[in-house]
Parts: sequence; C-alpha cells; structure tokens
Amino acid sequence: MVTVTNSGQRRTPKVAKTSSVAKKAVMAVSGIILVLYLIAHMVGNLKLFAGAETFNGYSEWIRRIGEPAVPGQTVLWIIRVVLLVAVVAHAWAAVSLWRQAKRARPTQYVARKAVAQSYASRTMRWGGVILALFIVYHLLDLTFGVANPAGHDATPYDRAIAGFSNPFVTAVYVVALLALGFHLRHGVWSATQTLGQSNKTRERTVNAFATVFAVVLTAGFLIPPLSVLVGIIE
Amino acid sequence: MNLKLRVWRQRSAAEKGKMVTYEVTDVSPDMSFLEMLDVLNEQLILDGEDPVSFDHDCREGICGSCGVMINGRAHGNGLFDSHPQTTTCQLHMRSFKDGDTIDVEPWRATAFPVIKDLAVDRSALDRIIQSGGYISAPTGTAPEAHSILVAKKDSDAAFDAATCIGCGACVAACPNASSMLFTSSKVVHLGLMPQGQPERNDRVVNMIHQQDLEGFGGCTNIGECSVSCPKGISMENISRLNHDLLGALRAGARPKS
Repeated sequence: MVTVTNSGQRRTPKVAKTSSVAKKAVMAVSGIILVLYLIAHMVGNLKLFAGAETFNGYSEWIRRIGEPAVPGQTVLWIIRVVLLVAVVAHAWAAVSLWRQAKRARPTQYVARKAVAQSYASRTMRWGGVILALFIVYHLLDLTFGVANPAGHDATPYDRAIAGFSNPFVTAVYVVALLALGFHLRHGVWSATQTLGQSNKTRERTVNAFATVFAVVLTAGFLIPPLSVLVGIIE
Repeated sequence: MNLKLRVWRQRSAAEKGKMVTYEVTDVSPDMSFLEMLDVLNEQLILDGEDPVSFDHDCREGICGSCGVMINGRAHGNGLFDSHPQTTTCQLHMRSFKDGDTIDVEPWRATAFPVIKDLAVDRSALDRIIQSGGYISAPTGTAPEAHSILVAKKDSDAAFDAATCIGCGACVAACPNASSMLFTSSKVVHLGLMPQGQPERNDRVVNMIHQQDLEGFGGCTNIGECSVSCPKGISMENISRLNHDLLGALRAGARPKS
C-alpha cells in the first residue's frame, strides 16, 4: 500500500453515530421478524380455499387470541405494534445506509460493468420502496376496507373476493409480491451474512435456501388472489 | 495492436475531470496494461502534453499500488474469462483485440479523492489499519514458532485473508463504495490467530468506526468486491467481521473517538 498525500485537503465526511454494521444488524433482525410474520400470513391466506365460514372464523380467532387470559385484541395489538416497530426500524436503517452509500460515491463511473450483482440485490432499495407503498395500499384495501370494492362493512372473505375479482387489483398484488420475492431472495442471504452466520461452506446452502424460500413464500401468497381471479375461489 | 483509449484526465482534486480520447498505436500483445500506458505517456511527452498520472510500483501483482477501472471493472477483473483475477500491472494486452476502445478511470469514492488523473489518495485504508490492524507483542528475539499452536484450518483462513494487498479494488467495485472486504480481511487475519486475541474486540469496533469516519459506504452483500479482488478474497471474511463486531458490541467494546 502506498498513498501518502496531504490529508489536509480531504473534507471530513458527515458521519452517523451508529456504525454501519450495527444498522445492518437492525435491518437483519427487523427483517427476520417481518419474515416470520409473513410465513404466518401466507399460511392464513390459504384458508381462503376452505370457504367463507372457515376464513372468517380464522379472522375472528386472530382477534381473540389469548382470551380469556387477556382482554380481546390484546395479542393482535401486540403483533401490530411489533410489526410497526420492525417496519420503521427496517426503513430507518435502509434509508440511512442508502444515504451513506450516496455520499460515499458522489461521482459515478462513466463506464461501469457489474458481474456479481443479481437482479434481486440491485433492486433491494427501490423494491423496498415499492413494498412500503404496497403495504399502505394493502392495509387500506383489506384491513381498513376503505380502498376495497366491497367496503368496510363486508366480511374479510367477501372483501378478499371483491378485491381479487378485479384484474387491476390482482395485478397490483402480483407486482408487489414479485418484488417481495426478489427482496427476500437477497434479504435472506444478506441477513445471514450480516449476522455473521455465513462462511465458505455454508454460502451455497444459504443462497439455495434463500431462493427456495423466496419462491415458496411468493407462490403461497400469489395462489389465493390468482385463484379468485380465475374463479377457483368464489 | 492499435487501440483507442478514453482516459479520465483531472489536473487536481479541486478541478473537474473529463474523459479524453487517445489513439495508441503499435501496442505489443505482450505488454502489460501499465506498459501500454507508458507508451501513451511517452507519446504525450513527445507531443508536449501532460502525461497521464497513475500509481504503480512492483509491477508484479504483489504491492497493491496500481489499480484503475478498465471498461468499468476494477483491474479489468471479470472482463476476461480466460484471465485470472489479478492487478492492473499483470493484465496483458493480449486480452484485448486490435481496434478495441478501452475506458480507463480512477477508483471513485469520497474516501479516495483523486490526486491527479488516475492516481487516487488511498490513505483512508492506512488510517483504518492504524485504528486497529495490529497486535501488541513483545519485541526482541523471535519466539519459538511451535510455542503457540494454531489449527491448520485457522492458519489457512488467516493466510487467505492476509493476502489482501490493500489496492482498493473492493471499494472501487462496490456499488456502495464500501471497504468491508478490505477491513474484514484485516480483522480476520489477526482475529483468527492466538496473537490477535487481546485486541480482538477493540480492533473490530475501532476499524469499523474509522471506516465509517472515512466516508465509505455500508456493505449490502452484493459480492462485486470479491470478484474484483486481485487476491480473490472471500465474502466469508465479511461475515466473520460482522460476527466479531456484534460479539464485541455485546461485550461492551466501544470505539475510542
């Protein structure tokens, strides 16, 4: 290594108080919490196939988890708060690291050729933005019902059927879920690496698992809306 | 061979730079990339122009001085399937074809300000080393080599990490301009050795702190670094660094500022 020059000419870059690796760890842990929720969410969605009564009953059960030990909706609200904190922490870490990366290379290369980066890793940031916007729409559609064709007073099953019968609504879900799939593909690998659990021998397994996991979860989420659209669920 | 070069020209850190096109004629396929730049510079000097500045020293791929972006790749690594990952000085012109246009740019990162043309100031990497890339050991007669045993697996992994020559290609290739591959190779090569244990926690915390202070980006585990590294240093070192850092933070180690 050579490089000795006048260090006085260097401008001191703005630096955050939290280390970049600690931020990555926040991102990884909050991501894991969200992924665990997504697994439960995906399994729950498949109950659409069991008919209106089962699905609505399941939806009602979520509100009653923990009863009578705790008052109704207690567990539901705990889950909601944990998810909200996880989403905010995930986004905070992402935005902060995104800005750090922008500051780290203000001048772009005239010619640049990537050979290692995957589509999934390249689209993590904008894919994340798409997912954040989708979550807002998704809550307005199926949780609050205000953006749903069947409206706020319909049962959860009717809301799902009314929404997914519309090709435009289903198209939005398909795009967002594909974005989720790519996000998970790189996210699972990246979180393993960030939490220091990867090594040369595990690397291949972790990457293979990330691909399979992303495909299974995305497929699990895509099946109910598409089944409604083509009329398998009515 | 006759080549068209588009080279980044920048008179100083304070001035703006731009790509300038040059024709280089009668290039031998046996020349190294740097020798080809020497030919260009001789021609520029004869024409009364300012020669292109670039860093170089050993010209045998071991010192880490040279390094430019060649057609968008650090050291040109990843452009030629037939060519092993190496440094710019060991890239030979036979990898190119007659009539090729080659883009040559400096490493681009806030932490690597351009000194002139293709030469950048990489002392940020030196300061990361200073912040923790050392061990404290008594000086004097060399100790008996077998008095401290090291597992073969660990010594091999430490040696692989220690092959880092600090050229900065990982930073140049990283979409985030992160120096994680460099820092991790330093953290790991000492952290796997018994001699590196006393400072292990402080080392990782201080080196990461210094890396952030220098204005490098964060790692997003994309992997451009490893395929651009002339020594092929593995991404597993980054995972080991992360493991060390999280352990050190749990143990209460904090960067000294």
